[in-house]
Amino acid sequence: MPFTDEPRSGIPGPHKERDEGLMKFGVVVFPGSNCDHDTYHVISKVVGQPVDFIWHRDTTIGDCDAVILPGGFSYGDYLRTGAIARFSPVMGAVKQFASRGGIVMGICNGFQILCEAGLLPGALLRNKNLKFICEHVNIRVEATDTPFTSNCQRGQVLSVPIAHGDGSYYCDAATLAELQSENRIIFRYTDANGNLSEQANPNGSLDNIAGICNRERNVLGMMPHPERASEDLLGSHDGRILFYSLADTLAGLKKAS
Amino acid sequence: MKAKIYVTLKPSVLDPQGKAIHHAVETIGYRGINDVRQGKYFEVTFGEELSLDEARAEVERMAKDVLSNPVIEDFRVELDSDSES
Repeated sequence: MPFTDEPRSGIPGPHKERDEGLMKFGVVVFPGSNCDHDTYHVISKVVGQPVDFIWHRDTTIGDCDAVILPGGFSYGDYLRTGAIARFSPVMGAVKQFASRGGIVMGICNGFQILCEAGLLPGALLRNKNLKFICEHVNIRVEATDTPFTSNCQRGQVLSVPIAHGDGSYYCDAATLAELQSENRIIFRYTDANGNLSEQANPNGSLDNIAGICNRERNVLGMMPHPERASEDLLGSHDGRILFYSLADTLAGLKKAS
Repeated sequence: MKAKIYVTLKPSVLDPQGKAIHHAVETIGYRGINDVRQGKYFEVTFGEELSLDEARAEVERMAKDVLSNPVIEDFRVELDSDSES
């Protein structure tokens, strides 16, 4: 697979008849999701793959090859972020899909929901400075042996925005040691040169963690928003390499099977 | 029958809100404070159909599975069978 995030020409529009090589994405819509359309737009128009919304009351994810839990404020963040969304009917199907090896990506609120649902360890706490932070940050790709980062290079720095009030990643010491030793920290907050520092950590996350995956590496959660940085018009296209990685990985899997 | 559920952050978890409150009350002039931790408080009112023990079982389960996140929080449940309160 070429290491590239170059724009892809001749990409088909959304809802094209499924061809060989086209991967179907599902974007879950909870009450209060607000990045569902951004994600849908990037998958269909930038990555050029078929994509459908999945309503939170649905009990199946249909024929999707990958499911994305988008950002937002599901259920108004009442009780705790993601705490109520995880009981949505669709989450049963998402869990089942993930346990069969299906690819699940949680962005921002989606990450919070995956943690609450127990699909990823840990929790997202109130930002250390108590502020809602909305700004571009730099994250370093720490592992490329995931379907989400397979087109990246290790150490590559991506400029993507964060927009959250509860993004401070926390887990107990044993879990952190496990994440570290199993190479499951996929993104860390760094400076523009890829250097770790306290200053580069916007929210007080343990070990500058911006994104982690599960042990099987098919479920990823990340606080930054790659879908908001997938077109030059928005100031950065660094985020689209994650969606390209997914599409390429899925195409490879399909070809192999 | 009313259940009171107190949800508090585990001691190992940083509480920036508690810290901000601590700082604020000291600035206002309150003295002798070592620490402030912020938590959550829930009141759940039951009808007649459950016994005290059944209600306690329901509340314990609810507190564990929904009202608190065991990764970051502890909880304590009080059940009040006094209908006056």
